[in-house]
Amino acid sequence: MIKTENVSMRFGGLTAVSDLNIQISKNEIVGLIGPNGAGKTTAFNTITGVYKPTEGKVIFKGEDVTGAKPHKITERGIARTFQNIRLWKDMDVLENVLVACHLRMNVGVFAATLHLPGYRAKEKKSREFAMSLLDSVGLADLAHEPATSLPYGKQRRLEIVRALATEPSLLLLDEPAAGMNPQESLELMEFIGKIRDQYDLTILLIEHHMQVVMGVCSRMYVLDYGVTIAHGTPDEIRRNPKVIEAYLGVD
Amino acid sequence: MKRNTILTIAGLVVLVAAVGLADSILGRFTVRILNLSAIYIILALSLNLLNGFTGLFSLGHAGFMAVGAYVSAILTMTPAQKEMNFFLEPIVPILARIQLPFPIALIVAGLCAALAAVLIGVPALRLRDDYLAIATLGFAEIIRVIITNIQSVTNGAQGLKAIPKYSTTWVVWTVAAIAVVFMLALVRSSYGRTMKAVRDDEIAAEAMGIDVFKVKSTSFVISSFMAGVGGALLGHLISTIDPKMFTLMLTFNILLIVVLGGNGSITGSVLGAIIVTVLMEALRFLDMPMNLVFFKTNGLPGLRMVIFSILLMIVVLYRQRGLMGNKEFSWDGVLGIFRRKNSTRNGGRP
Ligand SMILES: Nc1ncnc2c1ncn2[C@@H]1O[C@H](COP(=O)(O)OP(=O)(O)OP(=O)(O)O)[C@@H](O)[C@H]1O
Ligand SMILES: [Mg+2]
Repeated sequence: MIKTENVSMRFGGLTAVSDLNIQISKNEIVGLIGPNGAGKTTAFNTITGVYKPTEGKVIFKGEDVTGAKPHKITERGIARTFQNIRLWKDMDVLENVLVACHLRMNVGVFAATLHLPGYRAKEKKSREFAMSLLDSVGLADLAHEPATSLPYGKQRRLEIVRALATEPSLLLLDEPAAGMNPQESLELMEFIGKIRDQYDLTILLIEHHMQVVMGVCSRMYVLDYGVTIAHGTPDEIRRNPKVIEAYLGVD
Repeated sequence: MKRNTILTIAGLVVLVAAVGLADSILGRFTVRILNLSAIYIILALSLNLLNGFTGLFSLGHAGFMAVGAYVSAILTMTPAQKEMNFFLEPIVPILARIQLPFPIALIVAGLCAALAAVLIGVPALRLRDDYLAIATLGFAEIIRVIITNIQSVTNGAQGLKAIPKYSTTWVVWTVAAIAVVFMLALVRSSYGRTMKAVRDDEIAAEAMGIDVFKVKSTSFVISSFMAGVGGALLGHLISTIDPKMFTLMLTFNILLIVVLGGNGSITGSVLGAIIVTVLMEALRFLDMPMNLVFFKTNGLPGLRMVIFSILLMIVVLYRQRGLMGNKEFSWDGVLGIFRRKNSTRNGGRP
């Protein structure tokens, strides 16, 4: 499904990610963990086209997508959420999802402005799709609330829903459980498993605390100072001395 | 729902009647100010599309207006009028003979401004946002210099006189109404939502599959088309144009309307355009010599603009949202104000 080949990302003298080799098959849920500043978000940014990797290749569904524009990557079927929530603050919950639906609507500016019949049909379909997505995460009754008025946990869910609205096959989640209590985190992980099945997704998920993702991930990669220090099943990771060392003092 | 439709139809009837009767009831001077307001509505909406709805800061509006004004003027003047205007150097032969019906000339004027936008916008929109302001500012100045120097096309610094007065009350208010309806439809469409998304958070927008560059270019080109049409109407209203009209000052006036009315509010631009245009005229006395019992001024040209600049600063400092914020007019909103007044008397909501 997705593969990175020796991806490195340098900012001046700092190597944020070095020699990253990730490989994920369809319908897997894989974790990317590591302490603060390990380069997890940077890894996401090279996959999604925010940064062009200094070295290496990103292969998605067998095609080289290295350095493609972010919107092109999304069009190919990779969607993401952000570590620091990036909802559009002047829009309500439904509108946030509708913007993400635009990609698959294929309407021109004039067809949309003149509200031609073809556009109206697509707009109606998008609204139904957006509402069904919101309904599936229990946000339907908040559809017309301003997005940023939601409590933190719900904003995170909304970001996931918004990403789903682009109809991705690969979903990248950047610390979706950040700021949640253990109970909420647990629910979120259940939810992630559920959407994987429901929308036939492959998921790569960043987490800071490894306990949170142990249950939901089949495999995980551990980064420290940009270097992949371990890779394996949650059980293998838990017992890996390098990982324990990297996390000492963090958890 | 029903009630709002009735109110809207009633409102429209009143507006149409007002436009129809304006010429016969109001004095020529008043009508002219009202018609100027209509043109400023078009111009303010076009700048608001960029500034308020797409989050792009452009200072080149006067340049696009100049393109529109000149194109439409040259395309509609009769060969005889052109011969009279171009006494220093004759106009190039192809332009001398060409004369198009006004509606077509108006559209061509918009298209030429849009073309100019493609030329300047495509490189400038790839730059960071603050460079756009500088690039467009430079562009507007370049346009002015070009117009001043191509004597055989634009008549240079002498400008054009006796431009046909096609900007009648009906014409300007019809175009203004089309502009309002167009903007409402655009902003409420899925394309309009992508513009707001780009404005609020570009990184999130591109991550959700929005082609940010395309959205910005589209907005820029549409905005410039409207500026071109507005500029053309202005020329046909005052019937003389020259390069000195289209300075940064003109862009500033439009920016003032957008900011005072509320960045991102169509209602705000409409109200702002009318208020600012009327105030501009009402305060004209400030620039004249004044005799105030205790002291006498010899007239301070520009005092009026000082007042407006102070007003702008007050808004920017204390009420950044302007008159309307990014809200729009709605009957529910208006009726809500009255209802709230009643219900506070009865101690809150029913
Ligand atoms: N645009 C940039 N320019 C320069 N340095 C950067 C940039 N982005 C990230 N870095 C640096 O790269 C390193 C990795 O950062 P990154 O955000 O990828 O870490 P992370 O694993 O996501 O950490 P966290 O758990 O805190 O989110 C950090 O040292 C960071 O300062
Ligand atoms: Mg991070």
